[in-house]
Amino acid sequence: MKKPLELQVNGAVKTVEVDPEEPLLYVLREEFSLNGPKFGCGLHQCGSCLVLVDGEASYTCRIPCASFEGKKIQSIEGLSNGDKLHVLQEAFFEVQAAQCGYCVNGMMIAALELLEGNSNPKMQEIKSALNRVICRCGTHSRFIKAVKKATSSNSNL
Amino acid sequence: MHLPNTDRRTFLKTTGQFLIGFNLFPLLNCSPSEKDPNILQAYSGIPERPHGGRDLIDSWIRLDAEGHVTVLTGKKELGQGIRTALIQIAADELEVDIQRCHIINGDTGQTANEGYTSGSNSIEGSGKAIREAAAEAKFFLLQLASAKLECSLEDLNLSDGTIEGLQNKKTSYWELLDGQYYEKTISGEAPILDNKRHQYVGKPIPRADILELVKGKAHFVHDLRLPDMVHARVLHPPTYGARLLSIDKAKVEALPGVLGIFVDGSFIAVIAEREFQAVKAWEKLKESTVWEKPSINPLPDRLFADMRSKAQKPEIIQENPNISEKLNNSPIRLKSAFQRPYHMHGSAGPSCALAKWEEEKLTVWSPTQGVYPLQSTLADLFQVELTNIRCIGVPGSGCYGHNGADDVSAEAALIAKAFPGKTIRLQWMREDEHQWEPYGSAMIMELEAGVSKEGMIQAWDSKIWSDSHSTRARGDAGHFISARYLENPFEFKKGGFSGGAYRNAIPLYDIPALNLKLFNYDGPLRSSALRGLGAYANIFALESFMDELAETSDMDPFTFRINNLKDERAIAVLEELKSKTNWNAMGRSGNEGYGIAFAKYKNTAAYFAVMAEVEKDPERKSFKLTRMVGVIEAGQCINPDGIINQTEGGMIQSASWTLIEAVKYDEHGFLSKDWNSYPILRTNDVPEVEVYVINRPELPPLGAGEAAQGPVAAAIANAVFDCTGTRIRELPITAEKINW
Ligand code: FES
Ligand code: FES
Repeated sequence: MKKPLELQVNGAVKTVEVDPEEPLLYVLREEFSLNGPKFGCGLHQCGSCLVLVDGEASYTCRIPCASFEGKKIQSIEGLSNGDKLHVLQEAFFEVQAAQCGYCVNGMMIAALELLEGNSNPKMQEIKSALNRVICRCGTHSRFIKAVKKATSSNSNL
Repeated sequence: MHLPNTDRRTFLKTTGQFLIGFNLFPLLNCSPSEKDPNILQAYSGIPERPHGGRDLIDSWIRLDAEGHVTVLTGKKELGQGIRTALIQIAADELEVDIQRCHIINGDTGQTANEGYTSGSNSIEGSGKAIREAAAEAKFFLLQLASAKLECSLEDLNLSDGTIEGLQNKKTSYWELLDGQYYEKTISGEAPILDNKRHQYVGKPIPRADILELVKGKAHFVHDLRLPDMVHARVLHPPTYGARLLSIDKAKVEALPGVLGIFVDGSFIAVIAEREFQAVKAWEKLKESTVWEKPSINPLPDRLFADMRSKAQKPEIIQENPNISEKLNNSPIRLKSAFQRPYHMHGSAGPSCALAKWEEEKLTVWSPTQGVYPLQSTLADLFQVELTNIRCIGVPGSGCYGHNGADDVSAEAALIAKAFPGKTIRLQWMREDEHQWEPYGSAMIMELEAGVSKEGMIQAWDSKIWSDSHSTRARGDAGHFISARYLENPFEFKKGGFSGGAYRNAIPLYDIPALNLKLFNYDGPLRSSALRGLGAYANIFALESFMDELAETSDMDPFTFRINNLKDERAIAVLEELKSKTNWNAMGRSGNEGYGIAFAKYKNTAAYFAVMAEVEKDPERKSFKLTRMVGVIEAGQCINPDGIINQTEGGMIQSASWTLIEAVKYDEHGFLSKDWNSYPILRTNDVPEVEVYVINRPELPPLGAGEAAQGPVAAAIANAVFDCTGTRIRELPITAEKINW
């Protein structure tokens, strides 16, 4: 059942031996030791498992890993450059945008997708972008603020 | 990770120390990144050893010879920022740089027994203990310094642990402690630092763990990866009380990666090498089992009537013989009944725990709110000595009370017992979390009051119907859900109904005659502590009713409340809200409506007042909550940004409960199984929130984490009334209930 599969995660290409039907999320957590993408529902309802795939936010909790071959997968682990934080990471930290933090990954990935195509989003655009991610702690207002801050603090995202 | 499963006595024996003071061994296994708050590395900071009782300094504060301070707390980090707040307190009291400080929280192998992290009392409890321990440690060290430097205490100058005496003679905490062990108790006599000299308390010190979160560092129990770890899933019964009739194991066992299926009565689990293999096996198990399913009773349409008719004889909580007379003599007299449905904790990440049995000893890595109660309940479940169980608290997804954290921990331990030597990582599926957590109980609140011509409340009569708000595990294994489904099941005894049901039912207003009756009700759904317990619904009712009384008395809601209050701090919070919202100048011409509400949580914790703004769209027969402004006063504020963060979160969470949430079920079982069948507020519908803090550094800190829940619900109801003229007394407050 297992097959070798070549996946490009955060810039590095690695061959893994996995069941091609296994959803990407499990492969990222088990083969790549990522913590960012998380299991929240397994139903495409909560956004905990989001990663960027060729720049677009994609669920990973159901879609088979094989369908991600040849694509660029990015997670929040790949954002910072050595010690230098990405502007979005900086903004989230400065705004202290987290309570328990379980949803932070999804919020950041949803924001990254938005910022990639729109460096100066309007309030409603930010809200809609983050809308697919469930946050039970009620940290929404801070996530919105952090995304705004990221857009105003740097033009080259 | 080396995890000695040892109690203090054995530890002392093996180290040859009779007693251990708060000086510690040098850092034996200090990793280069030991300042990293990552839980996976935090243990490498200071050597592990058991605590020696709450009255020892050592149980709260440990200093090593190299300049590190370790704070220990039995309280758990739940996303409320408690770690940062407690470190701020310790750093200030010891007068050291905060960078020196580390924290270990919730580990039966190391920290003191502080019960559950609940009821917003961590700062009041643990914070106080840590402050006193730190003060005592400093006091003792200064005495040592005064002897060593041969000068009086008054001549000593302390800065970041370095102590300077006369003639430039210097020493330091770390030097003074070198190689020696001191057994010191907390006498309570050490002077506490004047709050004016605080460097950290009262400042918005950022939470270091947020930096780790945004980098995707391991943080949650979900992220633990231990050697020999395998993955488990539990197939919960289809509904409460269902019994397994048959299971076809062969089909599932044949699946790739499956290592075993564990069946004990109606408790079924599967373990597999990889997580997804366990998930697939779990799906297959569903098809391979046949159950006998009792139906749930009463159904939602009969629930509230059933509550009234089947409740037990009332408990009289407070009684005034003159109440009927006072009510009869009041020119304004009102009576209203309010309802709240079952609400869900709905943690974003499903509950997860790890467990391992080895040589008859059990270690559990758990997101529990209380490692000690978990330990004692596990001891009951397995009928073993406490000393054979170690519970290590690891952050989970936000829990907001008693969610699935303890249940999943017990289940992981049950499975681990069947597979000794393996570390079992069990994670619930979304539907497990939605269906099996204990919900916040449905409630009825019936209120009656009399008001004088002058607008002064004369009498207040409350009746409350509710199921239990605390069925937490406290030593009886029957409180773990799956223990009830074993071949030899543990009985669940609900025990006394807790005071949680009438929390905040007694108004803080100055009322001469009060009655309060509680009707305990054994409801159809599993219930337990959800953030605020009964306070959420009681304040919703009480503060909605206050608006009804103000309206009937033809008085402004602020004025009516303030006139009936004596508590100066309560009045100050309301006055601040009034000025921050510019209440008197607020336009009321358009489609907007405004409502306010206030409470002092538990009548002993933080003061909170809030204004909600709603906007209606009469064409579309809908309304939207657009803005909320809150003012909170929690005595001395340890970390203003922490309080604001938690209060904003509480406001949004409560708005979600209030506007759209209600657990649904029918006779066959749960209908609220996921985020589509139990939606919660998302960013598109979240209102703007503003929070202001009144800091009173001269007063003791008060618990603030649950203060917002109740007032927000009432403020929304009051705003909807202001805007539409419809008084909604049955939660949730939806557009269909408005009389357009
Ligand atoms: S886990 Fe993928 S959307 Fe919820
Ligand atoms: S911060 Fe806890 S779920 Fe969003």
